[in-house]
Amino acid sequence: MNGIDGKKVEELYLKLKKDAEANGYNINPDAEFAKELVKGLLVNEKRYGYISCPCRLARGEKGKDLDIICPCNYRDQDLDTYGACFCALYVSKEVLDGTKVVGSIPESRSIKKGSTTEVEIKKEGRCLLSLPVYRCTVCGYLCARETPPEVCPVCKAKKDRFERFV
Amino acid sequence: MKKEHVQGNKKGDVMLFALSTCVWCRKTKQLLADLGVDYRYVFIDFADKADLAEIEKEIEKWNPSGSLPTLVIDNKECIVGYNPDAIKERLGT
Repeated sequence: MNGIDGKKVEELYLKLKKDAEANGYNINPDAEFAKELVKGLLVNEKRYGYISCPCRLARGEKGKDLDIICPCNYRDQDLDTYGACFCALYVSKEVLDGTKVVGSIPESRSIKKGSTTEVEIKKEGRCLLSLPVYRCTVCGYLCARETPPEVCPVCKAKKDRFERFV
Repeated sequence: MKKEHVQGNKKGDVMLFALSTCVWCRKTKQLLADLGVDYRYVFIDFADKADLAEIEKEIEKWNPSGSLPTLVIDNKECIVGYNPDAIKERLGT
């Protein structure tokens, strides 16, 4: 965990907190805990070139790790089910308000499956839509256009986190 | 791959599979230290490819999801995730 500048941790922590609050998400109110996770994100960025989940083993190949680049594809589902994402950087409103306590939660991802974005979408018959529909694998945002947007307008995930949905 | 050994009271063969960047893994290590338990651990993010395949096979034997932390006791029990109640019950005095 060495070699990570405390100033960088603070900067990324504040950025993630600001983005979360602007988009209806919450960063863990235990700032010390959250900053340890942010430090882990920066360690992974240094190692792999992207901020993969500090609580999951990255493979070091972006295609295989796309689903665990923070915010991961499992965050929203885990927030609904457990009140926190797997590493607990993000928490639900109940946890933020102190009406629910957050703990270590079960893994929603399968190590074997790896990135779900690699799953080929079966084409069933002829598509009658005038445009393909792309889905943001992070937040579920859908859009009908020729190609996915550069950045998800809802959660700010990058283009490579989109999958062809219809 | 070399496993680190933390000296303490022998409560059995306690093996922790962890990630160096994971806060839940750190909490598990801290709890084991607080309980004074003798245990071994390995940070799997530091393992080379050949070692990793073997380590993952071992983890999956106990915890099919392969998630971390995975704590294996006496090669017959497993505690998945940071579960202080289960750890204290099994390894506390």
